[in-house]
Amino acid sequence: MSPRGNELVQMKGVSKRFDQKVDPVAWIARTLGSRTGSEFVQAVDDVNLFVREGEVLGLVGESGCGKSTLGRMLAGLIEPTSGEIFFDGRNISDRRNGDSRKLALRMQMIFQDPFASLNPRKRVKDIIGEAPRVHGIVARDQLDSYVEELMSKCGLDPAYRNHLPHQFSGGQRQRIAIARALAVKADFIVCDEIVSALDVSIQAQILNLFMDLKSEHRLTTLFISHDLGVVEHVSDRVAIMYLGRVVELADTEELFGNPLHPYTRGLLDEVPSLDRRGVQFAAIEGEIPSPLDPPSGCQFHPRCPFASDICRKVAPQSIERHPGHFISCHHPPTEQREAN
Amino acid sequence: MRSVAEPTLQVTDLRTHFFTRAGLVRAVDGVSFTVGRGEIVGIVGESGSGKSVTGFSIMGLIDSPGRVVGGRIAFRGKDLVALAEEDMRKLRGNRISMIFQDANTALNPVIRVDTQLIEAVRAHRGVSVDEARGIAIEGLKLVGIPAPEKRMKSYPHEFSGGMRQRLAIALAFVNQPDLIIADEPTTALDVSIQAQILHETQKLCRERGTSLVWITHDLTVVAGLADHICVMYAGRLVESGPVDDILDNPQHPYTCGLIGSIPSVNSRKKRLFQIPGTAPPLLALKEDCAFRERCPRASKTCAKAPPESKLGPRRMVRCFHPGSDGDDRHPAPAGRRAGTLPQ
Repeated sequence: MSPRGNELVQMKGVSKRFDQKVDPVAWIARTLGSRTGSEFVQAVDDVNLFVREGEVLGLVGESGCGKSTLGRMLAGLIEPTSGEIFFDGRNISDRRNGDSRKLALRMQMIFQDPFASLNPRKRVKDIIGEAPRVHGIVARDQLDSYVEELMSKCGLDPAYRNHLPHQFSGGQRQRIAIARALAVKADFIVCDEIVSALDVSIQAQILNLFMDLKSEHRLTTLFISHDLGVVEHVSDRVAIMYLGRVVELADTEELFGNPLHPYTRGLLDEVPSLDRRGVQFAAIEGEIPSPLDPPSGCQFHPRCPFASDICRKVAPQSIERHPGHFISCHHPPTEQREAN
Repeated sequence: MRSVAEPTLQVTDLRTHFFTRAGLVRAVDGVSFTVGRGEIVGIVGESGSGKSVTGFSIMGLIDSPGRVVGGRIAFRGKDLVALAEEDMRKLRGNRISMIFQDANTALNPVIRVDTQLIEAVRAHRGVSVDEARGIAIEGLKLVGIPAPEKRMKSYPHEFSGGMRQRLAIALAFVNQPDLIIADEPTTALDVSIQAQILHETQKLCRERGTSLVWITHDLTVVAGLADHICVMYAGRLVESGPVDDILDNPQHPYTCGLIGSIPSVNSRKKRLFQIPGTAPPLLALKEDCAFRERCPRASKTCAKAPPESKLGPRRMVRCFHPGSDGDDRHPAPAGRRAGTLPQ
């Protein structure tokens, strides 16, 4: 699978494992022969994904499924444990590589919490203007007008350029964060739950701003969210993650119109919406398993109504059921019907 | 919905103010609504709209510098505002309970679950420890906690977030109250866990005829759950009515805006309707309509506080220019400024 031309970002068999630091007591216990299990979290497990140029890929999953870790790897903030990440055809998995440092500027990330992601001691003009100044993207004498232009583009009054982050509301801070990502002329943006900390009316403002900027700058985006309604609204394609693996991937319309994986179906059934009134809420049974001790085989099997023996033993491979519609399941719907 | 002779809860013109050093904060200013027996009422609003303070006022949990300065909270005919603290304690956790957003703060982290549940039962009922234990186990079963006898011996931190919220719900339901105030109990939870909690709460209320006030910022959650919706903005009730009326035929421009700004199947790839600006700081509220600065229908009349207009027996809107016209929902012009800075 070589890049087919218009893929800007590509992940091949990418995994990320977080090992727990061995504390002295556990180390002694282990050397003395105690069978304390190895402590690690497989946050992302063998993920193959690509994002086309100008596309918004939505990434949905519940807490702890590894969606933020995946986003951080794609933004180049952390290195994968194994596997390769390509950006514009070049391997960026190894951060020590000078080439990938240069490429890092073209990948930016916008974070969930606008209160934690902006330096509280810096003025807005420095938050937005520092990176382009350091990297020589704009000349020093044009920096002020450059920052002002970005601020107006993001719906902020340039008159506030000397204000500090605490003087802004949550929605306005998120606008500053977006302006900061645009300031270095990024091609690829990872949006990690950018609207989930905001009120509904402010959320709509930020989503509209994002859609405008996206089409204006032809931004390629990985849009991470747990909110299926928001993801459906902004994405071209959607990937569903469960405990570190991508279980289903398809075009937005296909995924929401014809979900195949039992987890996706369960999730879609559970999304409250304005048109579902006085409903009897039914729910996927059970809890999300701990990533410290994930289930064997298909990780969804303890909660899956269709689980069988093979699901408990073998992890399903990703198959392309329809063109562009990938699913990792031993019992996708049609087989289920034949079996009955 | 059953017809009711006497509603479980009748809040009339409730006003809760906070006397802070910075000035007077009218967090709740003239809120009225009714909850019938077995009815689920959703209170919807954004942060700072006063929805939680309304819940705390009903529970009698407003601390200094805040005070309920006016209005009536009639619980089965009895006015809770005038009630002595001692009598309020007898009701709280017994006839009225509350489920909080953060189950961690609702449960004592250093006391085992069984001790906490048994204490809650014994505080209000003259039963033995063993009987109380039985009632508590029954309560855990009801909210769907597996192996309740075993889990009773655990501490709150040994439960997951969703399970902990179930514990808090069990604690609220254990004395079979007539009224439960739920303050954003599913906001911190994942979608699949949220659905489970909604399922359990809804089932318990329907089975036992318990009335429920569900406070949330999420209109979509109450759409599926509630019978009646109250929309709050800047400390005031701006609109209330039966679920279908509010969602299909909203009258207040704020409600129209809220509904329009929720992404849906039809909005895919289009611009969402956006309410410009941000909610006003409660410290600087004037006598005018608080939504005026953000409102597309604002006119000179809006400089006065709009009165409540009754549209039906339980349908109210507080606006000089009510109407559910689609004109408001056209997309706002691109690049519109995001209001002014809160000072």
